[in-house]
Amino acid sequence: MSDQSVSRRHFLKVSSIAGGGIMFGFHLLTDASPVKHAAGAIFSPNAYVSIDSNGLITLMSPNPEIGQGVKTALPMILAEELDVQWDKVVVEMAPLDQSKYGSQTTGGSGAVRTRYTPIRNAGATARQMMITAAAQQWGANEDDCYAENAFVIHKPSGKKLAYGDLAAKAALLPVPANVKLKDPKDFKIIGTRVHNIDNHKIITGKPLYGIDTRREGMLFAIVARPPAFGKSLKSFDDTETRKVAGVKNVVAVPSRNLVAVLATSTWAAKKGRDVLKVVWEETSKLESTADHDASFTELLKNYSEKPGRNDGDVDAALNNKDYKLVEAVYETPALSHANMEPLNFFADVKDGKVDLYGPTQVPARLRTEVAKAVGVPEANITLGMPRQGGGFGRKLQPDNGVEAALISQAAKVPIQMLWMREDDMQGDFYRPPSMFKYKAAINSANELVAWHLNAAVLSGGRASNPDGFPARAVANYRADNHSLKTNIQTGPWRAPTSNSVAFADECFLDELAHQMKKDPIALRLELLEKAKDQPVGKTDGGYDIAKYKSVIDLVAQISGWGKPKKPNVYQGFASHFSFSTYAAHVAEITKLKDGTFRVTKVYSAVNCGRVVNQSGAETQVEGAIIDGLSHALFSKVTFDKGAVEQTNFHTYKFLRMKDAPIEVIVKFVPSDDAPTGLGEPGLPPMAPAVGNAIFAATGIRYRKLPFEFAKA
Amino acid sequence: MATYKISVNNKLLTVDADPDTPMLWVLRDHLNLVGTKFGCGIAQCGACTVHFNGFAVRSCQLPVSEVKDSKIVTIEGLSAEGTHPVQQAWSEVDVPQCGYCQSGQIMAAAAMLKQNPHPTDDDIDLSMSNICRCGTHYRIRKAIHLAASKGGVTK
Repeated sequence: MSDQSVSRRHFLKVSSIAGGGIMFGFHLLTDASPVKHAAGAIFSPNAYVSIDSNGLITLMSPNPEIGQGVKTALPMILAEELDVQWDKVVVEMAPLDQSKYGSQTTGGSGAVRTRYTPIRNAGATARQMMITAAAQQWGANEDDCYAENAFVIHKPSGKKLAYGDLAAKAALLPVPANVKLKDPKDFKIIGTRVHNIDNHKIITGKPLYGIDTRREGMLFAIVARPPAFGKSLKSFDDTETRKVAGVKNVVAVPSRNLVAVLATSTWAAKKGRDVLKVVWEETSKLESTADHDASFTELLKNYSEKPGRNDGDVDAALNNKDYKLVEAVYETPALSHANMEPLNFFADVKDGKVDLYGPTQVPARLRTEVAKAVGVPEANITLGMPRQGGGFGRKLQPDNGVEAALISQAAKVPIQMLWMREDDMQGDFYRPPSMFKYKAAINSANELVAWHLNAAVLSGGRASNPDGFPARAVANYRADNHSLKTNIQTGPWRAPTSNSVAFADECFLDELAHQMKKDPIALRLELLEKAKDQPVGKTDGGYDIAKYKSVIDLVAQISGWGKPKKPNVYQGFASHFSFSTYAAHVAEITKLKDGTFRVTKVYSAVNCGRVVNQSGAETQVEGAIIDGLSHALFSKVTFDKGAVEQTNFHTYKFLRMKDAPIEVIVKFVPSDDAPTGLGEPGLPPMAPAVGNAIFAATGIRYRKLPFEFAKA
Repeated sequence: MATYKISVNNKLLTVDADPDTPMLWVLRDHLNLVGTKFGCGIAQCGACTVHFNGFAVRSCQLPVSEVKDSKIVTIEGLSAEGTHPVQQAWSEVDVPQCGYCQSGQIMAAAAMLKQNPHPTDDDIDLSMSNICRCGTHYRIRKAIHLAASKGGVTK
C-alpha cells in the first residue's frame, strides 16, 4: 500500500478472534485482510490498542521517534479518548505496516497534525464499544453509562465494570458508525504536562537506539566511501587491512562506491579501514563553495524564468525616482544534519529474507529501496524501528539501510554498519546553501510599496517562500528562485526553505523598519493590517492574519518589547509561519564585560492549535530555538574540490552550555483548533531574531550565516 | 591483543583487546554496556563520558591499557535503578528529547556536582561542555539546579 495517512477514506473493520476478544483496525476500502492482534491480548480494539485479560492496556505509537516526542504525544491522544489513566498504559513502537497505520514517515512536522483526528476516532470507538457492552450486561440504557479510568460506570447505580472484563462481550458487538468524540473541556490528558515515555530507559542507559543493536554472529562494519563528490571507486588493496587483529572480511559494493571492513569490534573495523588502500577516480566535476557563490552571484543578475509570485509591477516601483530604494544581499551556508547518533543500520540478508533494524524517518521507503537493491520481495523483509538519536531530515534518505543490506548480502553475515563521525559529516545530504538578493522601495508616505526577492540555491532546495509574509501586504511584490545544478548531495534539513529564507526575510524587514524609522514589530503589524484590509494578489494557501498577529502580540507582551531595558541588554524580533504553525521570538542579548554578546534570554510565542503535550511542546520549541541559535552562531559546511572541509565537531561547531540562553520562555496562544506542526516551526525565526538584536545593540547588520561578530 | 582486568561499575572484568582500544569501544563492543554513547571519537561531544576514579572523562580518548587499577563507572553503574539525584532531576525536569547524549550529560553533571554541590550558572557554563543536538541545554541547567537543591549529589 502506498504512503497514505488514515483519512475519511478509511473505515473501521471489526472481526472476532479466538479467545473472545475483538479487534478492529483502519483499512482502505480495498483492503479486506484481517488485522493481526498483539500476542496475548484478548482485546485488540484496533492496530493501536490491545488490552489483556488483566486489563493491561498497550498503546502502539506508529511513527518513528527521533526526539520530536510522538511516542509520547500520539498515545496520549489515544488514551484520552479511550478514557484510561496515562500512568497505567504501556506504550510500544508499532511495527512497520502502513496498511494498518497509514504513512509511518516522520517528517514535515506531520505526525500529530495528520493523526490527531483519526487517533481520537480510534480511541473513542473502543470506548463506545466498552460502554455498549457494559450497558447490555446490566440491561441498562447506554446514556446512563460513561467511561472513566478504564472502567464503565452506571451512573444511577454506581455499578462499574473494568475494560478487561468487558473485552469478550465487546468483541461480539457491531462497530458504531459515528462515535462521539470527547468535548475538549473534558480532556484529562491532552493539554497536560506528560514526560517523555522513554525517560527512565534513557537516564539509565538502556539499549534503545539502533547503534546499540547486538545480535548473535554479528560483525561490525566500517566503510570506505568516496572522499569527494565527483569521485568513484576504482580499485582497492586490502592486504594490510586483513592483517589487523579482529578483521574478518573486506567486501566491496561497487554499485554504491564503497568498501566495507568487517570485524569483531568497531575499533578493529575502523583500524582496518584506516589502512585500506583505495584508489578513487574523478568521474564528474569537483565543485567548491567558491564556485557556488560565484554562480549564485551570476544567476542573480537576472530574474528567473517564472517568478513564484508577481504582484503589481516591481520594476516600475523600484525604478521610481520618488521612492527610496533599499538593497541587501543575504547568504546562508550548507549545513550538515550531524545527528548525535551517527548513521548506522543492522542488516541480516540470508536465505531470501532480510532482517533490518535501525534509524530511519522513512521505514516504508527504506524497505522498498532495500528490496530493489538486494532483489528480495518486500514481503520477506522485516524492519524494526528503534528510538533514534536525532533525525533533522537526514534519515529521510534511506542510504544507511540500503548500504547495510548490500554489505550483509555480499559478506553473507549479519552486520551492524556504523558511520564514524567523519563519514557521517562528509557523506550527508546537506541543507543547500542559498543567496538572497533583496530590493525594496519606500514611498513618500513612508510605506513599503515594492519588495523583490531574487534568490538562488543549490539544486534540491528552494530559497524563496513566494506566498509567505509580507506577500499580500505589498502592492508590487515579486519572488524569484534560481536553482543551481550540483552533484553534491542535498536534502531536507529541519524546516526546509524556512530555515534559510526566514533569516533573510526577517532581517531585511528589520532593515526596512529601521530605514522607515518604525518599530520592527509595528511595521509587521502595519503590513498585516494592509494584507487584511487591502490584500494584493492571491490570498489563498498562505498565512492567516489573525493567527500571525496572535503570536506577535503575545511575544511583544511577554518580552516587554519596547520598554526600557537594563544596561547592556538589547532585543531583536522575528516571526515566521511554517508547517501551519506561527512562531514569534524575541532574542535578548547581553553585552558582556569583554565586549562580546551572549543571547541570555529568549521569549517565544507559538500558535500551533491545541497543544497535546505541554512539556513535549515546550521542549520542541526550546530545542528549536537553541538549535537555531547554535547554527546561527557556529555551523557551516564548505566544499573544496568536491570534498567537505569540515570533518568532525572540532571544525563543524555546535553551541555549548556557555553560549546557551540562561532562560527560554515559551508560551502558546490558547486555541481550540486541531494541532498543527511543532517539530520545526520554532527554528526559522531564531537566527533573524539574533541578527536583529545585534543590530539593535551595535548598528551593524550581519547578513551572512553563521554570524561572525566583531567585538563591540 | 592483550588481556586486561579492569574495574567497571564495581565489578572486576576481563577484556581481551588491543592496548590502544578506547574504553568507549571496550564498554560497548566487548562488555555490552551500550549506555555509553559514541558521538565523535575525538573528545569533542562528550556522549561517551564515564567516571574515571570519580572524575568525568571522555572514554573515546582513554585506551584500555591506561585504565590499570582505576575505577570506571558508566551510566549503568551510576545507580541501581536510576535513583541518583541527577537521574531523578533529569526525569523530573523532562530533559531528554532524542535522549542520545543524555547519559553523557548525566555523567558529566554528576561528576561536577560531586566536586561542587551548589554550582552557579557560571559554574555550569564552565563545567558542562557536552554537545546536545536537540538543544536541551536550558532544561539541563534547570535539572542541575534541581538536583543541587535536593542534595545528596556528593555520593
